[in-house]
Amino acid sequence: MSNYEEPLGRSTPEWPYPVRYGKENEVSMDVLILGGGIAGCHAAINVAKRGARAIVVEKGPVIRSGSGGAGVDHWHGACTNPCSKITPEDMVETFKGCRSGLATSEYGTGPTSYILFKESYNALLDVEKMGVKVRDVDNEFSGAEFRDDETKLMFAYDYENKHIIRIQGAHVKPALYNELKRLGVEICDRVMATSLLTEGGKPGSRVVGATGVNVRTGEFYLFKAKATVLTTGPSLRIWAFSTELTGANAAHDDPNCVGDGNAMAWQAGAEFTLMEASGRSGGGFRYPPYGTGNAHNTWFACTIVDANGKEVPWVDRDGRVLKTVSERYRPAPGQRMFYHGGPLPLPYEIQGPRLIPDLPERIKKGEFVLPFYADLPSMQEHERRAIFGLMVGNEGKTLIPIYRTYTQAGFDPDRHMLQANVLPPEAAGMYQPWWNGIGPSQWRETAFGGGGGVVFDWDLKTNLEGLYAAGNQLAGGSNHPGAATTGRYAGRKAADYALKTGEPVIDRKQVEEEKVRVYLPVNRKDGIGWKELQAGLCRIMQDYCGEYKSEETLKMGLRWLDSIRESEVAKVCARNPHELARTLECLSRLTVGEMIMHASLARKASSSVLDFKRLDYPDMDPPEWEKFVTIRLENGEVKVGELPINYWLLPPNAPTYKENYKRHCGL
Amino acid sequence: MDKKAYMVANPLTPNNPVEIDPKLCNGCNTCVEVCRTDVLVPNPEKGKPPIVLYPDECWFGGCCAGHCPVPGAIKMVLPLNQRICWKDKQTGEYFRIGMKNPPPPNTKPPVG
Repeated sequence: MSNYEEPLGRSTPEWPYPVRYGKENEVSMDVLILGGGIAGCHAAINVAKRGARAIVVEKGPVIRSGSGGAGVDHWHGACTNPCSKITPEDMVETFKGCRSGLATSEYGTGPTSYILFKESYNALLDVEKMGVKVRDVDNEFSGAEFRDDETKLMFAYDYENKHIIRIQGAHVKPALYNELKRLGVEICDRVMATSLLTEGGKPGSRVVGATGVNVRTGEFYLFKAKATVLTTGPSLRIWAFSTELTGANAAHDDPNCVGDGNAMAWQAGAEFTLMEASGRSGGGFRYPPYGTGNAHNTWFACTIVDANGKEVPWVDRDGRVLKTVSERYRPAPGQRMFYHGGPLPLPYEIQGPRLIPDLPERIKKGEFVLPFYADLPSMQEHERRAIFGLMVGNEGKTLIPIYRTYTQAGFDPDRHMLQANVLPPEAAGMYQPWWNGIGPSQWRETAFGGGGGVVFDWDLKTNLEGLYAAGNQLAGGSNHPGAATTGRYAGRKAADYALKTGEPVIDRKQVEEEKVRVYLPVNRKDGIGWKELQAGLCRIMQDYCGEYKSEETLKMGLRWLDSIRESEVAKVCARNPHELARTLECLSRLTVGEMIMHASLARKASSSVLDFKRLDYPDMDPPEWEKFVTIRLENGEVKVGELPINYWLLPPNAPTYKENYKRHCGL
Repeated sequence: MDKKAYMVANPLTPNNPVEIDPKLCNGCNTCVEVCRTDVLVPNPEKGKPPIVLYPDECWFGGCCAGHCPVPGAIKMVLPLNQRICWKDKQTGEYFRIGMKNPPPPNTKPPVG
């Protein structure tokens, strides 16, 4: 790595923290929680409430870490709130047979969705007890049609069915942090987990703990635990990496989301599925999330006008033009409910109101002129304030980056129309968050909307004894309350297991081998730095595992990833604990890249739901491939398997969600 | 005009995600402790403002500014390629984050 300072003898300031590579810290605990985001915090709280001892290991600071660390503004799946007209059973029934949009298809609606619908409102009441405002206690929205006067709950999207709640959750993470402290949960900040430890050091055996490295001091950690809950983030920056294009770091997801959890569970022998699913990414062409004029997500259902002030019409799922703002928040005539979960195409049954679908053609014909604007001033005051003030102001990364930054710069939603970023007509006319931008087709991503993860059962347990998972580590994706509810559930199950199981035995040889592996980069003098390694890995993924895949390209991709492992990885060097952590992340991404390629090789069919295109198997959605393809490591070999869609309702499980939940939930 | 120049690496992109006012900052390092990616590190000199060491890793979550105990001591700054525009509905006047002579701040707080 070029370093101009050294040959010139210039002095570089010394690292500000003590450097203690290899110094070993040992912790023994009932339940080890890897990742201190939303899922990890709720898991730890529920372990402690169950009477077991818990430790949270987190790469960043638990007080603000994770993709939900900078806030949340609307709480999905709250079907059991007193105003909801939809039951958890209605909700899973609605998704049955859906084949569009991973998160809303049967691929994405296993036990986790039912757990969400059953426990989402309870999880919200949990955070309310911790001090988070979830109601209009100050009566600012008295008389608003989305407010229930008795409970003071406020609803988003479907005002008829009231299953999504608008909340003031900008500070949800500090509240969770205080609760961990109150319950005596041990918090281990700035330590990244690097590997899972297994009984006898044998992959596939019971998980008995993990190793970690402090990202500031380089110290080594050995965690012994009776049970482990994997709650780390999804794997990001697998295909696209650039710090030059700042938009790459503008995404909603935490840049600490690497896929460390995927990589270490894979090495330990855990079974994975949906790893072949991916989507197109805006990558470095993003604007700040929620930071441009929009009509989607947190900005639903803002009035949009074109450059000349001409309003873009809203329609319901049947194309009926909606004349009032109020109608945008109601199901279509004859429709039971509508649902909004993300930018993916939604099934007809649950399609909500949207901007006219032929907008791209009408922009091209000149009927609507770019740029578009969010016409907040034309909206009724409660609706305007709900979008800009309640939702933008509390949603992740909106309080400081958007609300404070924009208002200090003079933006006033009572008078000003926020511009939408200018996109080509095809993208400007797409009904999805415009701030995501569009990137080249070979820039993909796994997160948000449902990526791959571990295979799990009704206990949220993996195929490895002692290893549970929650949040984004579970196959099928997650959102904030999804992470909260699966965290609660997995915490209960892990605690119950830990309280009735024996002391774990650590295999010292496995620890020593990991210790050697993690410190290799700091023991080298020359070599490439982590950024170049990261960009190089992404290039392999773009070229050989992009939008279109084939047996030839995937096998070649695996060959070149292996070659990089042998050659450049053996030369990568880290000059301080921070660079060491970033380098170890690249090694996790390398493993995740391999997992994605193996999973892609195993699915010998194209799939629209998984946004998965095989050039050598171009037929889209052949019925015999409507199933989960699984992969796991056994004796160093990749074992491919499959599970039927709905495996969670087939023997040995009960035939209904309700019965399985009752048997397993631990309540 | 004599002015010294140095052999230095190119500035990173972005290079100014966080602005710290050295007159207001009390060096408490609260921002260092809430930053998830260690963009900020403590100043080797105790009591001095933190160093913005890894600006290229900033997530622009604003936690540093949100947790600062001294009003106005720290400001999260959106980089130039992340600044959007807006328009006054009545007058048609255009504005941009970062513009010269911006309109007066809107002091209405968010809900919550």
